[in-house]
Amino acid sequence: MQGRWSRVVRTPVGLTATVLVVAVVALACLGPVLWGAGADAVDTDDILAGPSAEHWAGTDNLGRDILLRTLVAARLSIVLALLAIAIAVVAGLLLGSAPFVLGRHAGRVVTAAVNIAVAFPGLLLALFFAVVFGAGATGAVLAIGLAGAPAFARLTQTLVAGVAARDYVAAAGMAGVGRIRILFRHVLPNIAEPLVVNTTIGAGNALLAFAGLSFLGLGVQSPSFDWGRLLYDGIGAIYVNAAAALTPGAAVLLAGLAFNLFGESVAKGLGVPVGVGPRARASAPPAPATAPEPAVRDEDVPEPSSDVVLDVRDLEVTFPGPAGPVRLVRGVSFEVRRGEAVGIVGESGSGKSMTALAITRLVADHGRVDASRLDLLGTDLLAPDTAVRRRMLGTSLAMVFQDPMTSFNPTRRIGAQLAEVATHHQGLTRREAMARAVDRLTAVRIPDADRRAGQYPHEFSGGMRQRAMIGMGLMGAPALIVADEPTTALDVTVQQQVLDLLGAIREADDVALVLISHDVTVVGEVCDRVLVMYAGRVVEDLPAADLATAARHPYSRALVDAVPDMSTDLTKPLATIPGRPVSPADAPPGCAYADRCPLADARCRTEDPPLVADSRRHRVACWHAGEPLPADLSADDLVETVESL
Amino acid sequence: MSVSVTAPSPVRVEAGKQARPWARFAVRRLGRLLVSLWVLVTASFAMIHLIPGDPVRGALGPTAPVALVEARRQALGLDDPILTQYLHYLRGLVTGDLGTSISSQLPVSDVIAQRLPATLQLAVLAFLAAVVVAIPLGVLMGVLTRRGHGRRTELAFTTTSIVVATVPDFLIGVALIYVFGIRLELLPVAGNETAAAYVLPVFSLAIGAAAILARIVRVEMVGVLEADFVRTARAKRLPARTVYLGHALPNAVTAALTLGGLLLSSMVAGTVLVENVFAWPGLGSTIVQSILTKDYPVVQAIVLVYGVGVLITNLVVDVALALLDPRSTIREV
Repeated sequence: MQGRWSRVVRTPVGLTATVLVVAVVALACLGPVLWGAGADAVDTDDILAGPSAEHWAGTDNLGRDILLRTLVAARLSIVLALLAIAIAVVAGLLLGSAPFVLGRHAGRVVTAAVNIAVAFPGLLLALFFAVVFGAGATGAVLAIGLAGAPAFARLTQTLVAGVAARDYVAAAGMAGVGRIRILFRHVLPNIAEPLVVNTTIGAGNALLAFAGLSFLGLGVQSPSFDWGRLLYDGIGAIYVNAAAALTPGAAVLLAGLAFNLFGESVAKGLGVPVGVGPRARASAPPAPATAPEPAVRDEDVPEPSSDVVLDVRDLEVTFPGPAGPVRLVRGVSFEVRRGEAVGIVGESGSGKSMTALAITRLVADHGRVDASRLDLLGTDLLAPDTAVRRRMLGTSLAMVFQDPMTSFNPTRRIGAQLAEVATHHQGLTRREAMARAVDRLTAVRIPDADRRAGQYPHEFSGGMRQRAMIGMGLMGAPALIVADEPTTALDVTVQQQVLDLLGAIREADDVALVLISHDVTVVGEVCDRVLVMYAGRVVEDLPAADLATAARHPYSRALVDAVPDMSTDLTKPLATIPGRPVSPADAPPGCAYADRCPLADARCRTEDPPLVADSRRHRVACWHAGEPLPADLSADDLVETVESL
Repeated sequence: MSVSVTAPSPVRVEAGKQARPWARFAVRRLGRLLVSLWVLVTASFAMIHLIPGDPVRGALGPTAPVALVEARRQALGLDDPILTQYLHYLRGLVTGDLGTSISSQLPVSDVIAQRLPATLQLAVLAFLAAVVVAIPLGVLMGVLTRRGHGRRTELAFTTTSIVVATVPDFLIGVALIYVFGIRLELLPVAGNETAAAYVLPVFSLAIGAAAILARIVRVEMVGVLEADFVRTARAKRLPARTVYLGHALPNAVTAALTLGGLLLSSMVAGTVLVENVFAWPGLGSTIVQSILTKDYPVVQAIVLVYGVGVLITNLVVDVALALLDPRSTIREV
């Protein structure tokens, strides 16, 4: 708690606000004591004077010093604002927790009333109450307090509902603890922080609102004076002595801002939990800032031949992390030929999706992509973006994303989203482009495509959306389709349709496919070749047909073994790979898989094995490629590991 | 295949589903409007009865003769049973009879008709000004401070916009009068006779709203730029302009509009203070005068007009939202 509060003071804005709030409160306490007499000293010889050495902000129509009056007015202004906010908070808490205490039916009436009241601006409510209670300080306090209540009620309601849904509150309810008791014991303590923050901000707003009412003549009445009243008097004399209006105005502003900014800073300081979440990584050992030469500089990749669609050499993707740059992809090289289907498999975090984004140049632009070669159809993808290159990519490279639910723009019709490709890249008119879109939707087997094109994404089913996404890629004449987990978010029955569709498109137009998946079975079924990735590197590259039987890297073999099939003994626990994937932020100097590998020895932990070809169509990065796994380290040990996790 | 013979055509089922949300949306929204309207009318009727003591005695002062107070009570109908008064009030509203002003003896509807246009002009112009400034600013800031970019810019913008949004519009008005009216003598500071006279009031009212709206648009824009469909738009290799304005902006604005609606309705009320700063001949100056002189029929009517203005604003925002984002109608049902 201590640490969190001190964070507030450490930001420049927070510090300024804190100092201001303390100063304003001190002024409210001491002002009338120190200058009370001076503020009321009438000097009829010196009325409505401008600023002078004696009266820094001039005098009012009775010759009283404006500056002293402003300083003294601090107390009344603040006390009234605090009274008003207290009324708002208490009324808001009562209304806001009523649904919880009263139960669903009676609570609904209160909620509805609050919803209606919240729709009306606070000032309007304040005017309403000012009429009822009459012009004057008491009326204004009640008016501003009650006008602020609906907003607090809404806030309380939301917060209470959030806490009430938690298990321990439900448990207390089931244990027969009374609702009021639960409210005070379990609910209120948990929502105290946001309430305090909002009360602080509310105090600032009440102060400003009070000044507004007094300025209209509906608040504090003479001979009492708050800042708003001084402003009201001063504005009448603004041509004679501008300082008479500006001085109280500045005071209101400063005090209001102080409370507001203090509240905002506290909210920000408390809102960011320390030691939780991704930023907690800061304590992890820093990633090598100066990346060592890519461990794999294999010269074994054959020179590209003319039918190479995609050529990737030494691909690196780096993101800034809390402890220096993190390499998510570390020296990946492969090529894809015309009509070829290459699968990339690996666990989440292995860098496979980042590789997909890198080869399509869609890596978020604070990430860095480097490669000694990254060519699509002979065009350098690392070259700066130009209209010509955009057109080339827009028509010859298609991308299919994992989640068809979120990958379409929800505010635009499907047809228009497809047609856009053609109007931008192929110079078609809107009408021609729409006709092409309908044609493409038909091509991806969407029934009644003409009508469907006029619908919004939410009117499509998941499988249909994914097919439409593929259709979007077919607006041009793609040479390569990159599909990142295209079936993961879909029903099993729909998955096969999408895979069949991708297969059919490949056959028909000799389109190359890069299929990213964590599902070894899918990749084995669809692809010609498989790249196995681990911790940002390709650890094995082999024909898909060999994956099940001839994989040589221990990780690939473990991946294959982890897939249950018809012969799996279901009485035993399913096989898993012991340990957890290495985070790219702390990849070890040696083989990243060493910690989980049954074959690992001292060399594996110090030296990263390069990716070398051990036959014409097979590359593997392992010092112990193909060695038999220790027989005794089978299912029993795995079970132990799993249980210990 | 035999299934497709017996099962209803899937197309028709979905078409029916498609038509219903809109009807349900209309019914639900209309219901809420009517309830709010009833609450508003009842509140404005109740206002005069909630005043402690005798409102007429309060208005005329302790020295007024009893006969006059009685006559005035009679004229206002305050001696009838409360239900009769309520029905009378409702009948008056339907026929456009809002009563008679105590101070000027003019029909209240005339007062409203005379004052409303100036207030409307002020509110609408200020809202347009705020939108015209805030949306481009918010989009620009969103793009500049998207994930992994412009952390300093973000801090500067956020702090500035909080400060600007916190300054109440009447204080901005006072400062503007001082700078442009008194020191520079560039612009008129009162009334609405010339086009130049609109500048300062519109500016005072718009700037805080613009700051809030720009903040909301920026936050939404930063969020939307992370969305999958923006990546899809980039995958289509659309020019950056099309990605930002064609794909990201409509989604950012949709969300911003929800909060912007609250802003617009608070602007309706914000005119009250600004009108009083600039002696703007609208409803805002009238209601304050009427509260001070206890001219209750006028106060009741103006509160009603403001309330209806707020309700209409909220309705327009909800409908616009439904048109812009077809999901929102369905999501809420």
